Amino acid sequence: MKKSQKILALIGTNIPRVDIQEKMTGEALFTDDIQFGVKLLYARIKRSPHAHALIKSIDTSRAEKLPGVRAVVTGADFSGRIGLYLKDRHIIARNRVRYIGEPVAGVAAVSEAVAEKALDLIQVEYEPLPALFLPQDAIKPDAPLIHPDLGEYEVVNFIFPKPGTNISNHFKIRKGDMKNAWKNCAAIVENEYYIPHIQHVPLETHVAVAKVDLSGKITLWTSSQSPFAQRDLIAKTWGMSPADIKVISPYVGGGFGCKAGVTMEALPVLLAMKVKGCPVKLRLTREEEFYTNFVRQALLIRLKMGCDAEGNILAMENTMYWDGGASTEYGVNITRAGGYSSTGPYDIPNVKTDSYCVYTNNTIGGPYRGFGMSELHTGIEQCVDELANKIKMDKVAFRMRNVVESGDILATGMVMHPTGIKACIEKVAEAIEWGKPSEPSAPHKKRGKGIALMWKAPAMPPNPGSSATLKFNSDGTVFLSIGGQEIGQGAFTVAAQIAAAGLGVPMDWIRISKPLDTDYSSYEWQTVASRITWTMGNAILDAAKDARKQIFKIVAKAWKENKKDLEIKDGIVYSTNTDKKISLKDFVITGIPKKKDQGWIGGPIIGRGKFMPTYVTGLDKDTGQGKRAVVHYTTGAQGFIVEVDTLTGKLEIIKAVSAFDVGKAINPDLVKAQIEGGMVQGISSALFEQLVFKEGVLQNPNFVDYRIATTMDLPDKMESYYIEVPQDDGPFGARGIGEHPMVPTIAAIANAINDAVGIRLEGPPFTAEKLFMAIKAQNKSVD
Amino acid sequence: MKMHTINFTINGRKESLKVSSNLTLLHMIRENLALTGTKNGCEAGECGACTVLLNGEPVNSCMVLAVECDRAEIMTVEGLTENGELARLQESFKNLNAVQCGFCTPGMLITAYELLQRNPHPTPSEIKEALVGNLCRCTGYERIIQAVEQASGE
Ligand code: FES
Ligand code: FES
Repeated sequence: MKKSQKILALIGTNIPRVDIQEKMTGEALFTDDIQFGVKLLYARIKRSPHAHALIKSIDTSRAEKLPGVRAVVTGADFSGRIGLYLKDRHIIARNRVRYIGEPVAGVAAVSEAVAEKALDLIQVEYEPLPALFLPQDAIKPDAPLIHPDLGEYEVVNFIFPKPGTNISNHFKIRKGDMKNAWKNCAAIVENEYYIPHIQHVPLETHVAVAKVDLSGKITLWTSSQSPFAQRDLIAKTWGMSPADIKVISPYVGGGFGCKAGVTMEALPVLLAMKVKGCPVKLRLTREEEFYTNFVRQALLIRLKMGCDAEGNILAMENTMYWDGGASTEYGVNITRAGGYSSTGPYDIPNVKTDSYCVYTNNTIGGPYRGFGMSELHTGIEQCVDELANKIKMDKVAFRMRNVVESGDILATGMVMHPTGIKACIEKVAEAIEWGKPSEPSAPHKKRGKGIALMWKAPAMPPNPGSSATLKFNSDGTVFLSIGGQEIGQGAFTVAAQIAAAGLGVPMDWIRISKPLDTDYSSYEWQTVASRITWTMGNAILDAAKDARKQIFKIVAKAWKENKKDLEIKDGIVYSTNTDKKISLKDFVITGIPKKKDQGWIGGPIIGRGKFMPTYVTGLDKDTGQGKRAVVHYTTGAQGFIVEVDTLTGKLEIIKAVSAFDVGKAINPDLVKAQIEGGMVQGISSALFEQLVFKEGVLQNPNFVDYRIATTMDLPDKMESYYIEVPQDDGPFGARGIGEHPMVPTIAAIANAINDAVGIRLEGPPFTAEKLFMAIKAQNKSVD
Repeated sequence: MKMHTINFTINGRKESLKVSSNLTLLHMIRENLALTGTKNGCEAGECGACTVLLNGEPVNSCMVLAVECDRAEIMTVEGLTENGELARLQESFKNLNAVQCGFCTPGMLITAYELLQRNPHPTPSEIKEALVGNLCRCTGYERIIQAVEQASGE
């Protein structure tokens, strides 16, 4: 059998999830399930009731005296700052609070009830300051500064804060000749859209348990997408060696970005330092999860797009104001991602982009499935529809004409790689019977169809690394040590598949070493950016290659054969030359005996592998130009058929269709599961979700007032497709698909609503109430 | 806080515990009995992650006080698993990849199990209705609904 055929048996196959059994029996361990015994202390956090204020004084003396209280911390205990790209956040507020919910003190006690009681005994005196809740206010020249010390913060070299303002990053693209471009346009559309804050809402809230031993070493158990990044950030913050911090992370009950980086995990660490030897647990309540957890930043986007009479888009001006919240340590890079992808998946010769990350006194913004792309595409894809309308061109034909193709020079100067986006558009258009009217179910109901495209690149530093180790056991089974986390997406299953295919062993020989433990697991930057299948997959293949090399060396020596004639299949090494065979289990630990008992060849096999993109370049600060802005783009399209009840404004989704180019579907059914789950999360964000703030106070911090999709909110019909145009730097050609399925959803639904009733709302959620009011206003203006 | 002694059966085992009057059934299951298969997603009766069977009825255990469970029969996901009663549902959840992060899964399985006991051949809309109180942020529900349907198939 040829090598490629053998691999096909495992790659592209619907192997059942390796974590399924334990997740169905209640056995799967999540952080809050770990038993810590009687020494465990419980933490609660005192939080700021002010959006912006100076802390005049904190009196913790009464709390400290409460029986059962073991430790109290305030900002006075630690002056360092933490942050992934920009170190602008105190673990506990010092001198100043910048959002409602910011930690001002923490208590560790023998029970949650005692800790809670102690919080009430802590007295904090504030001097309120003027607060800013809208980015458009915060960028005004006379706006009060939320971070007067911005110029002193440590920052990575691809983020550009503007000290003396509330702008913590300004990303620019200047490409082509805007003035002339507008002159040549036959149609120009200008629009503004607002996409509100939403929350991630994993079913498992954040939980972290920290223990500091007498020598000062830290152990942290967390529900985390990023055990290694947490270790390294905490080490940096406290000036410790990463080797003195151990992060253990079992299964994660949903992440969607909010369990990346360090958010609340440093709080129990701070408390644990005061009660050495005792584990301290902090578990966010659902209410805290809603109002203190990093949010998806709100975005105000102003777009101007123009095309010639044939429908070629000639120019785009894109100005984005991201509501970064009180700290933008992670959010600054969302601004950058929004900037370098600011054209959407279109080939546009003249581009002017300004993407601003703006401090406000809202909850801190952070990574959210899509990393800015849902918000960006909500603007772009509605604007594209409007432009097609204006020149009276079919919206699908208009997109087909302008969409990016292999070899196009992108807005940053990067050359586009091969992509299947055109096939995705065709697939979606066909599935929703584009161009054919769909009959409404009642006379007062109207149907419409909408389509939206998307692209997204993994957003990360240029050189995030991955590694993998394969350690054999005496029966041929293999422990695969990785640092990529299983957050529900199926990472462990795909990792095992890739390892088995790479080595040439049966799937059930591969065991994932878990829980992730930074002392034992192989390094991985973070489980974010839809990068794991791609980057960790590459590292695993590299490790498999390394193990095979060792194996072949041993066998070739024992058999006196050429290494090139050896192969491994189903765990058996065989020679294509002589028909000799040996099972891996016979020698991967013990080696192979030499003839006549004259010693041994070999020894335990450990394969090690790595992957790191080395080809991403910097971009010019003033023009955004560079050779290669990102590793690659995953592209796709969605189409919706909706029905709007004109009497009530109620929206029903008749059909929802997705198609994405995943490069190679390693496990096709898991790809489809990602697409479906993401699409429903996208639908939920389009129809129901918005964090409603009043002067910085969240009005809906629970599941009743902040509704997410339930079983009753599904489209009547859902279809998902994938296209496979291989990625040259991906394992077996694979690209990521974790985030993409919710990126085009809001725009596609908005376009379908517009097609049905001719209405465009300023932004989601497209609630029945908003639609009803808009329809009413429309009828009035017609009368 | 007043303490009460309660006697109950959990997963077929007889237990006797001294509990305070404000202890919830969820806390009793997770903390006092260390049966951590039952999950805590909101403690407000809004997510269904904590669903268990109380005298055969699915309840949000975060909304039930332990003292109410004197002489009650409680079944958690661990109990159903041990009995092998969940086997068919588990098989279809596995076949259809109806699990992602798995945090909602124990509650989903309990609710679905009770539905099938009560109504061996539910229609998709009956399944949706039964599961409306069980939130899932990962799967988009479609596969869960199909899995319950498949499990009811034979
Ligand atoms: S934890 Fe009981 S319903 Fe959410
Ligand atoms: S599988 Fe994650 S919440 Fe349902």
